[in-house]
Amino acid sequence: MNETVHIGTRKGLFQFTRTAPGQWQRNETVFLGDPVTMVLTDPRTGDRYAGLNHGHFGVKLHAARAGTSEWKEIGTPAFPKVEDGDGPTVELIWELVTGGDDEPGTLWAGTIPGGLFKSTDNGESWRLIDALWQKPEREKWFGGGYDKPGIHSICVHPHDSNTIRLAISCGGVWESTNGGETWQQTGQGLRAAFMPPELAYDPVSQDPHRMVQCAASPDHLWIQHHNGIFRSEDGGHNWTEITDVSPSVFGFAVAVHPTQPDTAWFVPAIKDEHRIPVDAQLVVTRTRDGGKTFETLTRGLPEEPAYDLIYRHSLDIDDGGDLLAFGSTTGNLWVSEDQGDHWQCLSKHLPPINVVRFDL
Amino acid sequence: MITVTFTPNLQRHVLSPPRELQADTVANALHQIFAENPALAGYILDDQHRLRKNIAVFIDGTLIQDRNTLSDSLQPSSDVQVLQALSGG
Repeated sequence: MNETVHIGTRKGLFQFTRTAPGQWQRNETVFLGDPVTMVLTDPRTGDRYAGLNHGHFGVKLHAARAGTSEWKEIGTPAFPKVEDGDGPTVELIWELVTGGDDEPGTLWAGTIPGGLFKSTDNGESWRLIDALWQKPEREKWFGGGYDKPGIHSICVHPHDSNTIRLAISCGGVWESTNGGETWQQTGQGLRAAFMPPELAYDPVSQDPHRMVQCAASPDHLWIQHHNGIFRSEDGGHNWTEITDVSPSVFGFAVAVHPTQPDTAWFVPAIKDEHRIPVDAQLVVTRTRDGGKTFETLTRGLPEEPAYDLIYRHSLDIDDGGDLLAFGSTTGNLWVSEDQGDHWQCLSKHLPPINVVRFDL
Repeated sequence: MITVTFTPNLQRHVLSPPRELQADTVANALHQIFAENPALAGYILDDQHRLRKNIAVFIDGTLIQDRNTLSDSLQPSSDVQVLQALSGG
């Protein structure tokens, strides 16, 4: 009980705590008025983190250390200065995860443009992982939705902290098995219908909208790709496309059950220029058999026409595997306490939602 | 003395009081201030130490020309204003 879900929005960070079955209490709101693009609670320490994008004033990272409610600005990932002055600058913190249990203080951040940053001091300072930034293939990365490519999914292997898998829009899937010292492109089998046919299976041209790993079985990963739904059982090296999903295989978000790798959830939409629910009916889809079949979950979701879009970080599952939450660009927030069988709307009046994350 | 003032919208994020100093360029003036108040620098300059794209600096009412190295010259009594360019939202 007392699970908390953190909601990063265009106008602040909102938080809801479960006080009893079916009972959710809104608690503190912080950064009111400021865009919050990423949130994280470090389960190793209880420290909380929030990535902000102040627009005019740039990207910032704040932390509330365990046991306190005071948020303070800490170090922000930044690209090294280059001599000719034409170098990159961080435009968005798009992913933030902890290192392994054997790496106290380690955090990983993904940014737009596509930088991977590591901190070993609980976010007080950061360094660019140059080995990935210098990969020649990076020249082939391109923006998908945003003007520049970005790293939005970082999966640290829970049993081997040196194995890290990334998903990049658009740059495909990457893996390091030595803590980030070297990187290799993986992602065989991902298919990009938006590319010329001869490049459809080019691993670097892929647009995985979101990649998640099963915590108990981390070689099992799911991707909600621009082009559909994909599943890997070998750590992201090879992927199987799942095409027979109603009402749509398109979407941004995916969640996988923490102990059941065959169970995953998606929030489908109409592809490309529309990006609204199919037939204006907001639904969640769930598979329990690795993508062979899907259920369409609707109980508690709007019966009237709905135009909510769920961004890639705005669907999450708690570490117990029963609680799910998702939030939309129109500021609606739903939770389920039974793996999606029933949904409860916690708010219809939040700002546009960027990220939804449970405490782990 | 040169006077440097910052948009009041910065105040809720970071300490940014007006400052009087002596300097020959915008870069020189701002670097003096950032040396005393390092947290302010990241709100005004990007990772490459360029002026952030939605920040505007005026010298005596004239927009500066060099956003990359801030080499625009100052007069001994210049009034430097660091403002935010308007945008939606």
